[in-house]
Amino acid sequence: MNHSLSDDSSLPITSRKIFVSLDTTARSRGSDKVAKQVESVLNAQPELAATLVRNGSRGMFWLEPLLEISTPKGRVAYGPVQAEDVNNIINQHCFDDISEHPLCLGLTEELPWFKSQQRLTFARVGIIDPIDVEDYITHGGFVGLSNALSKTSQQLVDEVKESGLRGRGGAAFPTGIKWQTVLDEPEQQKYIVCNADEGDSGTFADRMLMEGDPLVLIEGMIIAGLSVGADQGYIYLRSEYPQAHSILNQAIDNAKTAGYLGDNICGSEHSFHLEVRLGAGAYICGEETSLLESLEGKRGLVRAKPPLPAIEGLFGQPTVVNNVISLASVPYILSHGGESYRDFGMGRSRGTLPIQLAGNIAQGGLVELAFGISLNELLQQYGNGCKSKRAMRSVQVGGPLGAYLPEEQWDTALDYEEFSSIGAVLGHGGIVAFDDTVDMAAQARFAMEFCEVESCGKCTPCRIGAVRGVEVIDKITDEKNDPQQRQDSVDLLHDLCDTMEFGSLCAMGGMTPFPVRSALKFFPDDFLPHPSTQKAQ
Amino acid sequence: MTATNEQGLQKIATIIEQNQTLPGAMLPILHAIQNDLSFIPSNALPLIAKALNVSKAEVHGVISFYHHFRTEEPGAHVIEICRGESCQAMGSRTLEENIKQSLSIDYHQTSKDRQFTLEPVYCLGNCACSPAIRIGDDIHGELDLQKFEQIIKSINTYSLELK
Repeated sequence: MNHSLSDDSSLPITSRKIFVSLDTTARSRGSDKVAKQVESVLNAQPELAATLVRNGSRGMFWLEPLLEISTPKGRVAYGPVQAEDVNNIINQHCFDDISEHPLCLGLTEELPWFKSQQRLTFARVGIIDPIDVEDYITHGGFVGLSNALSKTSQQLVDEVKESGLRGRGGAAFPTGIKWQTVLDEPEQQKYIVCNADEGDSGTFADRMLMEGDPLVLIEGMIIAGLSVGADQGYIYLRSEYPQAHSILNQAIDNAKTAGYLGDNICGSEHSFHLEVRLGAGAYICGEETSLLESLEGKRGLVRAKPPLPAIEGLFGQPTVVNNVISLASVPYILSHGGESYRDFGMGRSRGTLPIQLAGNIAQGGLVELAFGISLNELLQQYGNGCKSKRAMRSVQVGGPLGAYLPEEQWDTALDYEEFSSIGAVLGHGGIVAFDDTVDMAAQARFAMEFCEVESCGKCTPCRIGAVRGVEVIDKITDEKNDPQQRQDSVDLLHDLCDTMEFGSLCAMGGMTPFPVRSALKFFPDDFLPHPSTQKAQ
Repeated sequence: MTATNEQGLQKIATIIEQNQTLPGAMLPILHAIQNDLSFIPSNALPLIAKALNVSKAEVHGVISFYHHFRTEEPGAHVIEICRGESCQAMGSRTLEENIKQSLSIDYHQTSKDRQFTLEPVYCLGNCACSPAIRIGDDIHGELDLQKFEQIIKSINTYSLELK
């Protein structure tokens, strides 16, 4: 580094910051202990004149707890740091040369894993203090809202249409079209509902965003409100996310105090009220109509469509229901223009996708990139193979209702249509890797078991089909059955999958066949009789 | 379902009063009751039903629909083991069996000393560091039996100190 210690000491006190993440996964790796140790060192040595900031995570979870120190050249990263390393790092290296400490990784933003990403929606996650409105504004926050306040509702909806943004929750419905439908409804009580019921295993982008930059979600919801004429918003958050709950509530309070929520936001004639509501451990409530039932205080039973929620949604009123990432992408679109967002991506998948690498993966975390990268590049270049150092055998993309993909399909580009063409789904961008010890018959069985546990029970193919699905898979793998009986069961399973796919009201029953069929198709040997298949709980 | 005493009923009445005018007040009320009393007592049902102008059966229907709500008092610590695919990819099937053996209880059961209640959960959003469990509001990742037993030991020591 060019800067000596004396140069640094001439910096204003506030520029000396030490960052330790408060993200759930960082905490699960011990970041609270590290932060506590930083505080005690700073208290014992006030001459260091530094402050501790609890930020979101950069998404490089194998390096958490990551400790970053601001320097005139940028933030310098150390990781993974344990509490006992803290004193040494701060005292020997805090404001001095960056290279010598064994845990020093160099400038955070020069790390190849991070540098090669295209962070539009996650631009501030891991950088700012998540609940600090001033910090948010310093890093480009509320520019989109400020632009939005000078536009008409139709202009706002047009900008979102122009961006090509499609719902990031998994269904990939064009956001602008949904908003247009709500805008076109006569003036009345309308609602903006954020679907933060991120229940798919292997996904955590919503959680990271809500913990690391909740104000961008709040800003996106305010803009959505202005776009369709809604003055009330709800964030339906799953109860499995206690940290996100606490941070969202603090961010909402701070946004209210700063005049961004409530009546006459930013001195305008517009109002927007926002509240977090907790789910209660029901996967089905991630389905938008079930979510609305739950918000109304009922059992989360799926509604038949039509009517669309955009016309008859929450409490029977026109309602925008959007995923966290969809709404959090809107401030970028309004600050940089729809066209700028549209310039990223491929085909009809425009913009960026926050991809989550999970399961048996050496470098798990969040990678935000334009659509179009191949699964292979993600698994190898970013994920660095299996954490177990064994061969990777299968990956499930798009959550529990997504297909299992064998190696020959890993050259597929991340794009809604490309995935659809191979009978798979991109969903919310979660990728779960499995090594060669995986038993794919057990995974197929689990898909049915999960559907049995989580089905809302409204329609028969899902409610009963899932139970029969578990039974029939057991018959296929049961060594006591002869080959003909097993083959009959395979035929029956295909038949059952068809019934579930075409006869269910929503994606729960309709897509449970995806992981089952793909496991059966690409990994048939796993369905040969073997004693290892897990029996029911 | 278990009932609560007079003190518990007073708390429930206050919670209902504070929340009943919210649009869609049912879940906020149920959450607040469970946060305060650790479960939803049977004698809360008629109070909620009356305040929200619904039948007791409807309240019961909502409580039984959602996995999160419970109608029996849990142990001092609720342990939720993630059963999601990401955790399965990192050995959670073996881990859950080991944890059940270690605590000598199955899912939805409470240990004899009333210290631990075991529940399944489907994803804690900690999938980059699987397998994961949640104890109270703390989420632990990259878990194996040894790490689990260390955590349990530290929790038990802590509860003993409090007494």
